[in-house]
Amino acid sequence: MPDLKESALLSVENLQVHFRTPDGVNRAVDGVSFSIQSGETLAIVGESGCGKSVTSMSILRLLPEPPARLAGAIRFEGRDLLSLPEREMRRIRGNAISVIFQEPMTSLNPVLSVGRQIGETLRLHQGLSRKDAEERAVEMLALVGIPEPRRRVREYPHQLSGGMRQRVMIAIALACSPKLLIADEPTTALDVTIQAQILDLMRDLKRRVGAAIMLITHDLGVVAEVADRVVVMYAGRKVEEAAVRDLFRTPRHPYTRGLMGAVPRLGAAERPGAPQRLAEIPGMVPSLKTRIDGCVFAGRCPSVTDLCRSHAPALEPKAPGHLAACHYAPKDALAA
Amino acid sequence: MSQPLLAVNDLRKHFLLGGGLLGRGARSLKAVDGVSFTLEKGETLSLVGESGCGKSTVARSLMRLFPPTSGQVVLGGQRIDDLSAGALRPLRRRIQMVFQDPFSSLNPRMRVRDILAEPIRNFGLARNRADLDGRLAALMERVGLPREALSRFPHEFSGGQRQRIGIARALAAEPDLIICDEAVSALDVSVKAQIVNLLQDLQRELDLALLFISHDLAIVEHMTHRVAVMYLGKIVEIGPRRAIFLAPKHPYTQALLSAVPVPEPDAGRTRIVLRGDVPSPINPPSGCRFHTRCPHAFARCRTEEPQLDKVGGDHFAACHLDGAAMPAQAA
Repeated sequence: MPDLKESALLSVENLQVHFRTPDGVNRAVDGVSFSIQSGETLAIVGESGCGKSVTSMSILRLLPEPPARLAGAIRFEGRDLLSLPEREMRRIRGNAISVIFQEPMTSLNPVLSVGRQIGETLRLHQGLSRKDAEERAVEMLALVGIPEPRRRVREYPHQLSGGMRQRVMIAIALACSPKLLIADEPTTALDVTIQAQILDLMRDLKRRVGAAIMLITHDLGVVAEVADRVVVMYAGRKVEEAAVRDLFRTPRHPYTRGLMGAVPRLGAAERPGAPQRLAEIPGMVPSLKTRIDGCVFAGRCPSVTDLCRSHAPALEPKAPGHLAACHYAPKDALAA
Repeated sequence: MSQPLLAVNDLRKHFLLGGGLLGRGARSLKAVDGVSFTLEKGETLSLVGESGCGKSTVARSLMRLFPPTSGQVVLGGQRIDDLSAGALRPLRRRIQMVFQDPFSSLNPRMRVRDILAEPIRNFGLARNRADLDGRLAALMERVGLPREALSRFPHEFSGGQRQRIGIARALAAEPDLIICDEAVSALDVSVKAQIVNLLQDLQRELDLALLFISHDLAIVEHMTHRVAVMYLGKIVEIGPRRAIFLAPKHPYTQALLSAVPVPEPDAGRTRIVLRGDVPSPINPPSGCRFHTRCPHAFARCRTEEPQLDKVGGDHFAACHLDGAAMPAQAA
């Protein structure tokens, strides 16, 4: 296997993001590492407060420091983003790395036409004239499937539906042909038929534009449909990582198994032997303000032992390309 | 057949949108435009559909949070939509509601004890102090919260625990029917499963009817008995769970089901992707309201509005394509 870290487009190494708060340090992200190859879609899955969004904000260096304190390294095309001066960082944001946020209603500027907002990044990063930028904005709107782009380019966000606003967000994000697109819950606020349109669009654009995508979501259905590889986060740590098929076929961390059992699958209720009850994960996520020495999932794990409470399990390969942080995760003989 | 617990007949709710002097030329938003269904004791009926289809407006009209424009709501044989506020008051006990956002639906300045005691006092359900305390303790146990939590404030609880408090508050009035308006939508996956299980347990134990409003079709399939699919203020298809999920007849239901992402990487389904967005309920399309997005629309759909017709046992759909011509579900 080639050294993935060397060839990776982005590699996050032992990232720690701690926030100082009046009642203690919040360890939002506590030693997370992963990498993304060019053209790959990596999904980061987890529930509220697992640190998935904070991780994406750290890559873009959008967290104010203080109260945030970042440690570790984030290498993008070989350069450590955490040590770049802000001026350099600005050249990267919206250019080589761009982002789509969850709320298309609040992340567009209500007083600028969508053409201006798409053109803004082009003028800034590629030095296009106002006229050329608008021309390119029309092309971008057509690319993301907005009908009558020439008319729409002059419209304002309030004149567009939720799905169209999200398309505009995607057009802005793709305007400068980024190498990495960070999509933070891009379809969570959308209705299911509109979500289907946006997911199709993202898949299609990935083929045509070739950008790597880092998809942040809590929806396992969305993960199964678009991701190549998946990182599962819990309480600020990475607990499992695998190729999407391996993860769904043989989840190895009890938390991942719990998540999958807790989600009903459409069409499953009519199958013979369908469970009458959903599998619950009892209890709730531990506070990130107290130091956890053992396994972060110990408090909710159905097969917890004393070892779990005293010693944090290392994240280790359990099968080729499949990492899990559990003392008892089944391990294949071939695992590296 | 005995009468249903709840019968809704041709319910309409139109919101006036200002406009001309004395209402002349005023436009209206037809949020609910002729909805009928029944609900039996101990049964779950789910209202599904996308934003703006009118499912929450149906709920609010049933609760009389605003008066319906027309139509009838019959609860246990008694018409309640035209009752005065005073006459309605004792009947309000029988229909309770659990809301979507457990952070904004509990009064932050009241202790859990007072939140739960309020409906019990309002409806005069407790004989004395000891009875009240007993009821509060039983409610907490029923929803899986420790009794000590009665003296705490909502902010001391997590989202899932708050939703349990919201459910306990609904149960405090000893209702026959609980309306759950997206009651599990804002919760994290693992907590959502806990609350769904709790609702199912309560239904079994107390023979509760649930009107479950949700856009999450997988959760609906898991816990419902019957389903009504709404589009632009109307029910386009209604029937038993099995019929709706295994053999949906209306093209909108088919598209809605095929759009749900399934957590199986090799599910290999063909998806019906609808074009465009939901039209505005202020000026809905002529004929069948779905014709602007329907992959099978033909001339008649643009002019003539289809009625809900029987397509199977207790299964109705409003579509001009007749049963045989209707395409099979993309499975």
